[in-house]
Amino acid sequence: MKLLTHNMLTSHVKGVINGYPLLIKATEVKVNEVEFNPQFVSRMIPKLEWSALIQAAEGLGHLQDLPGTPIENYENDAEFLRKVHRVLLEVEVIEGSLQCPESGREFPISKGVPNMLLNEDES
Amino acid sequence: MEGAVENMRREKRSKKDLKVLKRERKTQHTLLKHAGITTTQQPTQYLVVSNGGLGNGVSREVLLEVLKEGGAVESLLMPPNKPYSYITYASVEDAQNAHRLLNGRTLNGQDQEVTLYLSYVHQVGGEVIEVAPPLPPGLSVVEEFVSPEEEAELLEAVDWTSHPEELTVQKELKHRRVKHYGYEFRYDNNNVDKDKPLPGGLPPQCGAVLQRCLSEGHVDFLPDQLTVNQYQRGQGIPPHVDTHSPFEDTILSLSLGAKTVMDFRHPDGQAVAVVLPGRSLLVMKGESRYLWTHGITPRKFDVVPASEDEGSGVVTSDLSNLTLSRRGTRTSFTFRKIRHSPCDCAYPSVCDSQRPPSPPSLPVANSDACRLETQYVHNVYEEISAHFSSTRHSPWPRVRDFLLSLQPGDTLADIGCGNGKYLGINPQVLSVGCDRSASLVGICAERGFQAFVSDGLNVPLRSSSFDACISIAVIHHFSTQERRLAAVRELVRLLKVGGRALIYVWAKEQEFNKQKSKYLKPNQNQGNLDQGSRSETMETMQGDEEHQPENCVSGSEERQTRLSVHTNRTAFASQDLLVPWHLKGGAKAEATPTQARVFHRYYHVFQQGELEELCRSVSGVTVLESYHDQGNWCVVLKKTQKDV
Repeated sequence: MKLLTHNMLTSHVKGVINGYPLLIKATEVKVNEVEFNPQFVSRMIPKLEWSALIQAAEGLGHLQDLPGTPIENYENDAEFLRKVHRVLLEVEVIEGSLQCPESGREFPISKGVPNMLLNEDES
Repeated sequence: MEGAVENMRREKRSKKDLKVLKRERKTQHTLLKHAGITTTQQPTQYLVVSNGGLGNGVSREVLLEVLKEGGAVESLLMPPNKPYSYITYASVEDAQNAHRLLNGRTLNGQDQEVTLYLSYVHQVGGEVIEVAPPLPPGLSVVEEFVSPEEEAELLEAVDWTSHPEELTVQKELKHRRVKHYGYEFRYDNNNVDKDKPLPGGLPPQCGAVLQRCLSEGHVDFLPDQLTVNQYQRGQGIPPHVDTHSPFEDTILSLSLGAKTVMDFRHPDGQAVAVVLPGRSLLVMKGESRYLWTHGITPRKFDVVPASEDEGSGVVTSDLSNLTLSRRGTRTSFTFRKIRHSPCDCAYPSVCDSQRPPSPPSLPVANSDACRLETQYVHNVYEEISAHFSSTRHSPWPRVRDFLLSLQPGDTLADIGCGNGKYLGINPQVLSVGCDRSASLVGICAERGFQAFVSDGLNVPLRSSSFDACISIAVIHHFSTQERRLAAVRELVRLLKVGGRALIYVWAKEQEFNKQKSKYLKPNQNQGNLDQGSRSETMETMQGDEEHQPENCVSGSEERQTRLSVHTNRTAFASQDLLVPWHLKGGAKAEATPTQARVFHRYYHVFQQGELEELCRSVSGVTVLESYHDQGNWCVVLKKTQKDV
């Protein structure tokens, strides 16, 4: 699971109101090199919940001194975009779990795949 | 005095002529009304001969002899089951001569008298000589397999009068009499009791014949069960497939006595009529044994090729080469080998060994729907994922077009992404997939796509955050209307205002904007002219008995409430059904040969307009496009309002 995907995920447990962002509890994290496409990264930034990204990156120890809000004119700042690129697309959680911030329900991540299935009484 | 007699004669003749004329007019009207044949008063070289047809017991030979009195005959076309024929004379004069001589002529048909009426037509139907359809795969007929002496000996071996020591089981069925050797075939459950062999085995007279079957390679085992059927003239057997589980693959049937025609039919409607001459051996293997039904229509005459009077083979639709064959008493010896392990044929839709033990009912309550989908959708995809994925590699062109129409930087959610074949189509887009099957999502991850395991009704993605959603071949797996609607709503929830979703579901209409395949609607060409001129025509050729399948594997009262199993490559019989998946490869196939090979997936196939209506019932949505694509109904919708 890349942090870009994590940024889109939310808790869907029945009755939960503030299920975002999911808390990452990682036991194995990998950094896989991905071809840098500054244009793609800069297009992604407005689609992100920035604070959730920062929180996730920090939790995994990959924050790379990214600021609390995106810098101005980031589309022209290759260095900034490269850092975002790394956090969004290169850092991957392989094993661990995602925890709903409200209900505490944990969803396992195995071989990089979050299993978000709920039991019948949770949905 | 003489003059008065002459007058009376003339009057008599003219009375008779008037009657003929009246009848002729009546038949012309009937021809037009029931067969769409337009007659003309203008003499031509073509005539339609009413009541001179194979359908009312007039054979080609008898009719030709009479028609030749009129002049030189060029051709005689006799459609099967019709009470009329077409004659082409060498000249108009010959035709006129024939009309004068033969109109109103009484003829001895096979069983009764008929009166012929001749009318001119402008032309006769297509002269196209149709090619005989091939025999069903795995079927063969070996002519003169036994000698007349052996035939007599075998017939004598069957003692129809007594059965004191229960060496055999004898039954007088509605349409024929039957005797079983080796094992009894039970008509109540269409099966044999494998633990209860009949004492005495097969009649010793069969030994030499069976050895020959073995040495000539028609079977590679010695049969141990024999069913003798005796059909009187006019009797038959309803179409059926021999139940798979009690018998091995090859089935042998020896025809003794009179010739008959056996009808074979594929589930898709293809029909092949095969002539079985006396003393011939019918060998049914593979597809012809497992998938095609076979039966004998109860009737007194068969339509057979005229030129191969004594031979076997397929009855063609070459109308210039058909005649009647009178049925007589026929006795068949059907030899089968008892099967001791479940059937593992490649035709699960008709296989009793491979049917789900108890097909589920269509659910009403949500909890039943969940249970059904767990067993007949989720669990199946987990089992078949590797094989399924290997068959799902090429993206559908119009789905690809939709994906390529997205803007760079757009976000896409593929809900029910399977093996991820759409996740990499447009690399300019952020694509996230989810599927209910962990095995399929595992394949996505191996390919480097972003995917997670989730149910389609409750997707853990942020609301209003996607520019596009796709749902390809997913919503037809939800088993209630409520759940299908919930699935569409969930897609809409994920979309931003202005975002678009593309939905594909399987269509009940597998033929669209085209003529339905003629194979899908057989039995169209039954003659019905006889209804209009009942007083003139002969007995109906077809027996009136009901065609109730008696040992057909499908068809029972269960069908009303239980989901039926779909037969692959046929039209959908209902909207809610179980579709077999034939698992290929994998270690499991060896461990439990039958249970592991076929899985049944639940489907709700959509009717025209149904998907569109479903989408329109969601508020805040506009349907942009609605179309049929390769047997699917498809909708592109746009979210126009914020979620409430």
